[in-house]
Amino acid sequence: MSYVLEGSTGPWEVVIGLEVHAQVISHSKLFSGAATDFGSEPNTQVSFVDAGFPGMLPVINRECVAQAVRTGLGLNAHINLVSRFDRKNYFYADLPTGYQISQYEHPIVGAGKVEIELSDGSVKEIGVTRLHMEQDAGKSLHDQSPSKSYIDLNRAGVCLMEIVSEPDMRSPEEAGAYVRKLRQLVRYLGTCDGNMEEGSMRADVNVSVRKHGEPFRTRCEVKNVNSIRFVQQAVEAEAKRQIAVWEDGGTVMQETRLYDPSRGETRSMRSKEDAHDYRYFPDPDLLPLVLDEDWAEDLRSRLPELPDAKRARFMAEYGIPFYDAGVLVAEQVIADFYETVARGRDGKLTSNWVIGDFFAGLNRTGHTIENSPVSAASLGKLLDLMADSTINGKIAKEVLEIMMDTGDDPGSIIDARGLRQVTDSGAIDAAVDAVLAANPDKLAEYKSGKEKLFGFFVGQIMKQMAGKGNPALVNEALKKKLG
Amino acid sequence: MLLDLTIVEAAAALRRREFSARELVGAHVDAVAALNPRLNAFITVTPELALAQADAADKALAAGDAGPLAGIPLAIKDLFCTEGVRTTAGSRILGNFVPPYESFVSAQLLRDGAVFLGKANLDEFAMGSSNMTSAYGPVENPWKREGSNAVMVPGGSSGGSAAAVAARMAMGSTGTDTGGSIRQPAAFCGIAGIKPTYGRCSRWGIVAFASSLDQAGAFARTVGDCAVLLGSMAGFDPKDSTCSERPVPDYLAATKRGVRGLRVGVPAEYRMDGMNPDVERLWQQGLAWLRDAGAEIVDVSLPHTKYGLPTYYIVAPAEASSNLARYDGVRFGVRQDGVDLIDLYERTRAAGFGDEVKRRIMIGTYVLSAGYYDAYYLRAQKVRALILKDFTDVFAHVDALLTPTAPTGAFGQGEKMDDPVAMYLNDVFTVPASMAGVPGMSVPAGLDGQGLPLGLQVIGRPFDEETVFAVSQVLEDAAAFSAMPAVRA
Repeated sequence: MSYVLEGSTGPWEVVIGLEVHAQVISHSKLFSGAATDFGSEPNTQVSFVDAGFPGMLPVINRECVAQAVRTGLGLNAHINLVSRFDRKNYFYADLPTGYQISQYEHPIVGAGKVEIELSDGSVKEIGVTRLHMEQDAGKSLHDQSPSKSYIDLNRAGVCLMEIVSEPDMRSPEEAGAYVRKLRQLVRYLGTCDGNMEEGSMRADVNVSVRKHGEPFRTRCEVKNVNSIRFVQQAVEAEAKRQIAVWEDGGTVMQETRLYDPSRGETRSMRSKEDAHDYRYFPDPDLLPLVLDEDWAEDLRSRLPELPDAKRARFMAEYGIPFYDAGVLVAEQVIADFYETVARGRDGKLTSNWVIGDFFAGLNRTGHTIENSPVSAASLGKLLDLMADSTINGKIAKEVLEIMMDTGDDPGSIIDARGLRQVTDSGAIDAAVDAVLAANPDKLAEYKSGKEKLFGFFVGQIMKQMAGKGNPALVNEALKKKLG
Repeated sequence: MLLDLTIVEAAAALRRREFSARELVGAHVDAVAALNPRLNAFITVTPELALAQADAADKALAAGDAGPLAGIPLAIKDLFCTEGVRTTAGSRILGNFVPPYESFVSAQLLRDGAVFLGKANLDEFAMGSSNMTSAYGPVENPWKREGSNAVMVPGGSSGGSAAAVAARMAMGSTGTDTGGSIRQPAAFCGIAGIKPTYGRCSRWGIVAFASSLDQAGAFARTVGDCAVLLGSMAGFDPKDSTCSERPVPDYLAATKRGVRGLRVGVPAEYRMDGMNPDVERLWQQGLAWLRDAGAEIVDVSLPHTKYGLPTYYIVAPAEASSNLARYDGVRFGVRQDGVDLIDLYERTRAAGFGDEVKRRIMIGTYVLSAGYYDAYYLRAQKVRALILKDFTDVFAHVDALLTPTAPTGAFGQGEKMDDPVAMYLNDVFTVPASMAGVPGMSVPAGLDGQGLPLGLQVIGRPFDEETVFAVSQVLEDAAAFSAMPAVRA
C-alpha cells in the first residue's frame, strides 16, 4: 500500500530526498574560538575570523570533528579517515568571507542508513549518502528597518553537519519519520539539540514526482523547512504543484523554492539561470583532515546506547511491546527515567504507568520530564505501594495526581489522607452487606439473571469504602454473599 | 654614518651604547621625511610611534633586557596588519582601515624590540612586479640608469620595502613573496631579500593574496641582516593552519658556514634564448665565486620550469579571486551605496579595486568556473606537483641552486605597462620556487651595463634556509657589492 497522489491522468508517486542541516553542539565554532550560544545579543559572538577581516585564517575545532564522527557512527556510516575542506564561493551579506568552508568531494562521513517506523507498523531503511561539515552563515534581518537589512554574525561559522539522504522516501509520512529519527539520533548522541524552531536543525526537501515504473523526473528543492510538520506539508504541496505542471503539458524546471505555511504552497526562490556557480576548490588555508583510526574507534566505543538498540533491549529485558518501547526511547531522558523505575519492578506495569498516568500528569500540570515534580524514585515507590497492596490501582491514580501537584512522597500522602487499602474482611463484609441492603430491587434483578449488575455492586461497595477496598477481596466477599 | 650601518653592526653598537636608539631612529625618521616625498616608498609614516618605540628600546637597553632588534628601524610592507596603524594593502578599497590586531610576524619583530618607521608601499594587494599598481602612487627606485634621469621601478610587489632599504630610509623591511615579490625587488634595488619556505612564517594578519603561495620574508642590505630579521619573524603560530612547527635555527650562525663541499646546481632551463648578456655574465661569475669557495657546481635539469609562469597565473589569481571576495564594503573599508545588495557590491568593488586586481579576480573566477575548473585550476595544480617533483629530485643530488633572480635589471616607469603578460615575464625565475614552496634568496651581485643592480638567486631545500644563507653569504663576500643608489651616492 504505497502513497500516491491522484492527478487527472492517474496516480503519481512522489520521490523525496532530504538534506538536513544540523548545528553541532560545541563550545566554539568550526574554525574560530567564538562562542556558539543561541539567543545572544547580535554580533557579540563573532571573532575576526568569522567576520572575514583581512589576514584572518581558519583553525579547525577538534570537538566539532568528533561530533561529526559520532553522528556518522550513529548513522552506521563509513567514516572517511581522510577528508578535505573546500571553499563554496558566493556573495551574500551574511557570508562575510564571500565563501563558505564546506566539504565537497571528500566528506568526513560516507554512506550510512537510518531505519524508520511507519504508522502501519512497517519498518523501512532510508539510505544516507554522506555527511559533511560546513560553516553556518550569519542571519539577515530584513524587518528591522524600511530601507536597510541588518546582519547578525553570531551564527556565522557555527559548525553544521549536512546529512544527505538517498532519494528513498516515497511519502510525506516517510519524510517526517526520517527527520524525526535523525533528530532522535543526534539528541541521543549529544551532537545536535535538534531544535527546529530555533533553527539548529533545518531541512532542504527535494521533491519530484513520477508515474509508477518511470525513471526519476526533475526535482525541485524546498529550502530551510524548520518543522517536521512543515516538511510533510511541503512535500505534499510541492508534489501537487509539480503534478499540475506535468498534467498541464508543461515541464517542471529545476529550481529552489521556499515553503509558505500560511498559504500551504511553495514559491520560487531562484531559477536555474540565477543558480550560483560555486567554483568549489580546496581551501588552501587548511590541511587535509586526517583522522587517527584509534581516535575514531575510541569515539565509537564511547557512544551511548542508541535508540534502536535501546528499544530492542527494553523489549527483551522488560517484556514490553514494540510500540511502548518506541515511546519510551523517543528521548534519552524518558528512557533513563523509565529504566530507573522499571529496574527490579514489573516492566510492563511500569511502562503503562509512565506512558499513561505519568505523562498525562506532566501534561496536566505543564511540566516536562526534566522538571517533573515526580521523580523516578517516587514513581517507583508508588508502584511498590500497589504491588504490596497498600493501595489499589484507583487510589494510586489519585495519589499520583497529588504527587504531581505537590511533589510530595507517596507514602506521606497516603498516610496523611488515610488512603490505605482496606483489606479487613470485617469491614469489607460490612460494606457488602450495606450495599446489598440498600439495593433490594437490584439484588432481586441480579438473582433473576441480570448478572452484569455485579459490576454495579462492586462500584457501590467501593464508593461505600471511599475507594479503598481491595478489589480482589471485595469481589470475593461479594461473590460469597450473592451465592 | 648611522644610515649606512647594518643591523648587525647597529645592534652591537647600541649595546655598547655608542649611540642611543633615539639617535639611530631619529636619523632614519629624518631620512624618511627627506626622501619619501619623492620616492613614495611609504604609504603611511609613523615618526612619533617610531620615536616612542626608540625611547622604549633605550630603556630596555639600559636595563639590560633588550631584544635582539631593540631600536632597529624597519619598514613594514603595508600588507601586514599593524594594530592601531592604518593598513591599506596598497588599495583604495580598505579606506582608512585601522586593524585592531597585529600580524603574527610583525608582532614577533615588536617583541624583539624593533621600531616601525611606517607602512611600505606595494603593488595593490601584492599583485604586480613594479609597484606601479598601488592606489597610492608608484615607488621610485633609488637607482637610476647611468646618465639618465628617467624614473625606474623598484620591482614589486614589495617595491616600497625594497626602495626604503636601498635608499637608507630603513635598515631593513618586511615583504611578502608570492611569485617573486621579495626576490625581484631586492634584485632591482641592489639589496638582499629572502623568501623562506612556505609555512616557515605565519600568514596570520597578512592580507591574503594567494594562500598557498604567500610567504612573509625580509629585506636588508646584507645577507646577515636578512638572517637576523628572518630569525625574529619565523616560528610556529597556531592561528595559521599552514604554519610549520619546526624550531627556528640560528640563521646568522649559518651564514658563516661557507660552501666547502656543498654541491650547487645550475638548472639548464633557466638559460633562456636571448638572455640579457649582463645577467648571463653575472650568473657565470656567481658560479665561479662558489667554485672558488670550495663548492662543486653541477648541471641539473628542472624540466617543468617553463610551466611555472602559466600555472602560477592560474593558481594565484584563482585563490585571490576567493580571498578578495571579503572586500565588499559591508563590514570595513569603503562602501559605495547601491540600490540593492548586488549593486552595493558592484559599485564598491568597481570603485575600490584597481585594474590589475580586477584583471586577476576575473582570471581567477574564470579558471575556477564550472566547465573550466578541470582544464585550468585542477590541471595547473597537477603540473605544480610536477614542478615540486623537479626540485625534490634535484635536491637528492645538490644542496642548492644558483640562478639569476630576474631576466633584466630595473626598467623605467611606464615601460611594460601596455601588456600585462610582458610584466608577468619578470617573474620567470622566481615563480617556480614559489610554486614548489622552497626557500629562495636574492643577493646583489653586480651592475648591468647601465649601472643598475642585478641579483643572483639561491634556492634551497624546504626548511633549509641555513644552506641558502650560507651560499648567499659566500656570494655577498665575493661580490663585495658596494655601489650606492643615485639617491644616496
